[in-house]
Formats: sequence, structure tokens, C-alpha cells
Amino acid sequence: MSNNTMSARLKSYGIWIAAALLLLILPFIFSSGASHTTMCLAGIMIIFALSYNMLLGQTGMLSFGHAVYYGLAAFVTAHSMNWLAKNGVPIPLLLVPVVGGVAGLFFGILFGSVSTRRGGTAFAMISLGLAELVYSSSLILRSFFGGEEGISTDRTKLLRVFGYNFGPQIQVYYLIAAWTLLCVVLMYALTRTPFGRMCNAVRENPERVEFVGYNPQFVRFIAFSLAGLFAGIAGSLAAINIELAQASFVGAAQSGAVLLAAYIGGVAFFVGPILGAILVTLLSIKLSDFSEIWLLYFGILFITIILFAPYGLSGLLMMHAQFWRGPIGGRISRLLKLLGAYVVAAIPAIIMIAGAVLLIEMIHHVSQKAAEGPMMHFLRRPYLTVNTASAIPWIGALIALFAGFFAFRFTWPTVASVWHKALADAQRSGS
Amino acid sequence: MAELIIISTLNGVLYGMLLFLMASGLTLIFSMMGVLNFAHASFYMLGAFLGFQISQWAGFIPAIILAPIIAGGLGALIERYGLRTVHKHGHVAELLFTFGLAFIIEETIQMIWGKLAVDYRVPSFLDFSAFTVYATNYPAYKAFMLLFSIAIFVGLIFLLTRTRAGLIIQASLTHPNMVGMLGHNVPRVFMMVFGLGTSLAAIAGAIAGAAFVTQSNMAALLGPILFVVVVVGGLGSLWGAFVASLLIGLLQTFAIASDWSLSKFLGSSYTPASGTILYDVWTVTIAQIGPILPYLLLVLVLVFRPTGLFGTRDT
Repeated sequence: MSNNTMSARLKSYGIWIAAALLLLILPFIFSSGASHTTMCLAGIMIIFALSYNMLLGQTGMLSFGHAVYYGLAAFVTAHSMNWLAKNGVPIPLLLVPVVGGVAGLFFGILFGSVSTRRGGTAFAMISLGLAELVYSSSLILRSFFGGEEGISTDRTKLLRVFGYNFGPQIQVYYLIAAWTLLCVVLMYALTRTPFGRMCNAVRENPERVEFVGYNPQFVRFIAFSLAGLFAGIAGSLAAINIELAQASFVGAAQSGAVLLAAYIGGVAFFVGPILGAILVTLLSIKLSDFSEIWLLYFGILFITIILFAPYGLSGLLMMHAQFWRGPIGGRISRLLKLLGAYVVAAIPAIIMIAGAVLLIEMIHHVSQKAAEGPMMHFLRRPYLTVNTASAIPWIGALIALFAGFFAFRFTWPTVASVWHKALADAQRSGS
Repeated sequence: MAELIIISTLNGVLYGMLLFLMASGLTLIFSMMGVLNFAHASFYMLGAFLGFQISQWAGFIPAIILAPIIAGGLGALIERYGLRTVHKHGHVAELLFTFGLAFIIEETIQMIWGKLAVDYRVPSFLDFSAFTVYATNYPAYKAFMLLFSIAIFVGLIFLLTRTRAGLIIQASLTHPNMVGMLGHNVPRVFMMVFGLGTSLAAIAGAIAGAAFVTQSNMAALLGPILFVVVVVGGLGSLWGAFVASLLIGLLQTFAIASDWSLSKFLGSSYTPASGTILYDVWTVTIAQIGPILPYLLLVLVLVFRPTGLFGTRDT
């Protein structure tokens, strides 16, 4: 009996302990300064994307202005850090994100009371209008938003605990990692409460929710305020991380980024926005090494996911959970067979994508960089120099694009048949 | 003062008519499919850039004819092969699709034409002063834009109320199933309306691009205002969109021409300390808060009259 509860406890807490250990050792695995910076950004984005998913994934509210709560909290954080340092108030940096969280909650309540009266398309538009309102105000209220240069702050000037001044990036990493873990646990716990279930009910059918005796408006309002709280913590950590709060923090690009991160990761599963946040952070740092127009590829990825994988990357992964049944040998052999089929399909897909990318890059080069001459470094790699004045790369790119596409379509039936065989096999061994 | 009022009214009506060219398509598409096309302003931008490119190759007149046709055709294709595919995943997926589309159109335009403004100019045969009000010369091109957009407006009203195609469109708005029963291809009507709406936006872009700045951020600047127009006017109401377009056009034009601020209004009897938020509010001029006014109006309308000015359905 006690063994049973032990293993059940280990199952529910084990994943969090493992996550904590992973966060602890991650900076030693990726020990360069650049990767520490990347991990800090990813941690902030994880909190932000999960808070966004409290709206889109859990409650079914599509917001185009979630950066408002992130950005305003960042400004409040920067101002209060400056105030704390100036007056020598003994509050350590570790607790400063609480200020951001309270600010996010405050603005969430303030704007939420106006905007959550309706769901659906109307809510989406109001969120956009409010975001524009706040962003345009940033040009007027200069004493709060600091105009063009923003509000800068110094995280090392606050009270030191155990001699840590949070100057080095590694110390900031642990600060962000601790807050990320805390917020992820809290947001996960929230989905398991009766309130979390009511949010899902409001997403599925607000009319029924009213029949049962709940007020969907109020559920939306609470969810919105709490999402503001966590977005505020994320914004606060962002201000601590770069020691600056700028008007762009409340801008449309920031709101768009979190929407993309959550949706690409998949809004139907709790883990989705985490995956999406990590992927989007990595892509936005790495892709710019390869191309100037990486945002275009980003947009194409987004549209592709909307059209072909509406449950995002986590949805694609979760589709494979159904093969994970029966004896362990059968599970692995099924997944290996599927993997083989995917590799076969991936080869023409990669050829198709390479053709498309080459074509896009050549169009970009010809239309924007004619002054640099016809030679183009494909993907910014000098060993991949392409002559855009010659017809050969254009024809080659077109052939790769179309041949890759048709070969890719040709492999679909194979993948589908492997899929169905594995599914039948899994159902047999599961029953 | 009278000079300022006349010029501001003319400019405001012009801006309002351009807004209406876009808002009419947006609201038609919305009332038909329930989709708020996030990328509508992107088609306006596409119209401007196509207009610029074609005017470089073939001159201004072919540009304002061909650019809307190309953009509208593209819009119809996107409806057929994109929007219709995501329709089964619900309205959120549709809205997200148009959001992604806006993103891609902006990035594609930056890929081809760059981030800086292109040199899209008023054609030389319209580059003179049409008339003079007191001491201000009113450019002929602006007069042309005004007349052109009024002509399109009249044409649209004629199309919707006096032709068979307009009857089918109107019927499809309210009774799509019945129209389908009568043997009309409702999905094709939807595709046509989407194409028509996007080409109206592209017309506005092709003629406005030459007078204003043609740059890859113009959709991001205008898109939110367009949403304000259709919400303030009442979602799905063409007359509402018309009135709201003119209202916002006039509001913004008059705001820009005004340098009143609280401190000027109340005199210098009281001045808050410099560097505080109160000081910012005290000294800001109406011209500076011009960009905020539409959004303030939006919030006010949503709080006090959620159906919009002429809307029948609750947003």
C-alpha cells in the first residue's frame, strides 16, 4: 500500500524534480556565454507563452495584445528597481518579479474588466485595440515609458543576499530558472483545479456553462487577470535580464511573437507552449545567422502549422502516444518502423524546402542587393556561392522545388500505410 | 481658421473615403463568412506596391487597373486554397490564418522591395494644383483620389442593390443555405466576395500609395484603425462602416491640425512639475494624441454601445 502511494507520488512529483535537476545542470552542459543568454531568453519566453496559453489554449480567448501586461510590468519593474536602489530599501532582486506579477495582475484586472465581456472575435479585436492604445501612449507618457531610449536600470544595485549581486549572466540564469520552474508548476496546478476545468468549459461551450450556473464572463475575467499576472512576471524577468524596459516590449511584434510561440508549440497540450517558446527563441537567434529574411520563413512555418498541424508540434508528438502500448519491444519496433517511413518522406521534403529557400534567397538578392553584384552567399556561407545572373541555379531551384514536392507526395501513401499497420498492431497488443 | 476647417474637412473626407474602400470589403467579408480578415490592410499595402511596380513599367493608369485585379485574384486564391482549408478548425484558426498571412505578406514585400519607402509618385499629369482655398493650394491628385473613391463607392452600392450578383451576395449574407438550395454555388460566391473585398483594399492602396508613403509598415499602421472602423460602425453594417470611416477620417485630420493642450486651454495658472506623468498629460497637444483617438473611441463604443453605431448584432 505504502509502496503504491510512493510510486504514485514519484510519478507526479518525479517529473518536476527531474525538471529542476535539468535546469540546475543545463548551464554546465551548454557552458558558453551565448548559450546562457539564450537559455535566459527561453525561460522568460516559456513563462510568457504559458501565460498566453491560459487564454488561448485553456479558455479559448485569442488575444492580440498580450504583450501589454508583459511590457507594462517590465516598466513598473525597472522603475521600482531604480526606486529600491535609490532609497536603499532592503529587498533582494530575487523578489523583484513579485512586483512585476502584481503590476501584470493590476493591468490584467483593469483592462480585463473592459475586454472580457465578450469572447471570440470581439475579444480578439478589443485586445488589439487596447494594445494599440497602450503602444501609442508610450510616445506620449514619456516620464513612464522613457521615450525612445526606454527606462534603464541596474540589477546589481539592490540588496545582496549571500554576496550574490546578479552581475554575471549565470546568476541571472538561476534566478530566471527558479522563477520559470515556479511559474510552470503554478500554471500546471491551475489547470488541475475546478477553476481550470471551468476555463476549458468556457472554451468549449459558454452557453452550457451558463446553464450550469457559472458566469462565463467572470471565468474569462479571472483567467485573463491571472494570465496578466504570469505575463507580468515574465516581463519583469525580461527587464532584469537586459536591465532595460523599452516601448517595443508592449508592441505588436512582441504580442505576435508569443502568439506564434504558443501556437507553433501547440495550444491543446500544457507542454506545447514550452516547446514552442524554446523553438521560437532558438530559431530567432540561430536563423538570423543564415538569412536576412528569416522572419519570412518563420511566417511560412506558422501558416504551415495552421494548415496541416492545427495542434502544433506537441500535437504531432502526442499522436505517437497511441503506439506506446503493450510489451516494450513492440513499442520500440513500431516507432522505429514509423521513423524509417519518416526518413523516406523527409528526403524529398528537404529537397523541396532547399529549392524553395534557394529561390526565395535569389529573389531577395536580385531585388534588394543588385549593387553587390550577381554572386550570392547562400545561407551566408561563402562555400555556397551562387551566381544569380546565370540561369542554372534558377532552373535547379525550380526543379528541386517541384521534383521534391511530387516525390514527397509520392511517399505519403507509404507513410500512411506504415502508420495504419503500426496502429493496428498497437491496438492488438493493447487489448 | 475657415481655411483650416475647409482644408481639414476635405482631407478628412478623403481619408475617410479611403478607409471606407477598405472597411467595406472587410465588413462584407465578415458578415458573409464570419471571418475578420486580419490581412485586409496587407492587401492595401500589396495594392500600393503592385501599383508602384506596374507604374514603373507601364505607367500610372495601367497600374491602378492591374494592381487591384492581381491583388483580388490573389485574395480569391487564398480564400479557395487557404481559408477554406482552415474553416473546419473554427473561427480562431481562421483568424490566426489571416494573422499569419499578414505576417507573410509584410515579409514578402520586404524581401522584394526592402524596408525603406519606395519612390511611388503622383503621376505628372495629375501633379498640379486643382484649386486654391484662401492661400492653400489643393493638389489635383487629392481631388482625383476623392472623386475616384466616391465613384467606386457609388459603383459598389449599385452592384449590391441593383444587380443580380448583388442580390445573390445579399441573400448569401443572411440565408446561405437557402441560396445554396436555389442552385447557386455559395462557396464560389464567398470566394468572389473575398476577391472583391481584397481588390477594393488594393484600389485604395494603389491610389493612396502615390500620395502618401509606400513602405512595408503601412499595413501594420493602418490595420488596427480599420478594425476600429468596422467595430465602431457595427460589424457587418455597410452604412455603419461608411459613417465610421468618415468620422475617424475627420477626427484624425482635425486632431493633427490642432495644437491645443490642457496647459494652453487652462492657461499657465498651474504647471505640474516637469518629469511627472501629470506634466506629460498637461502639455500633450491634441495633435500628439491624434493616433490614440480611434482606439479611445473603440473602447468607449465597446463599453457603451457594444453593437457599434449601426450594428444589429452584438459583437
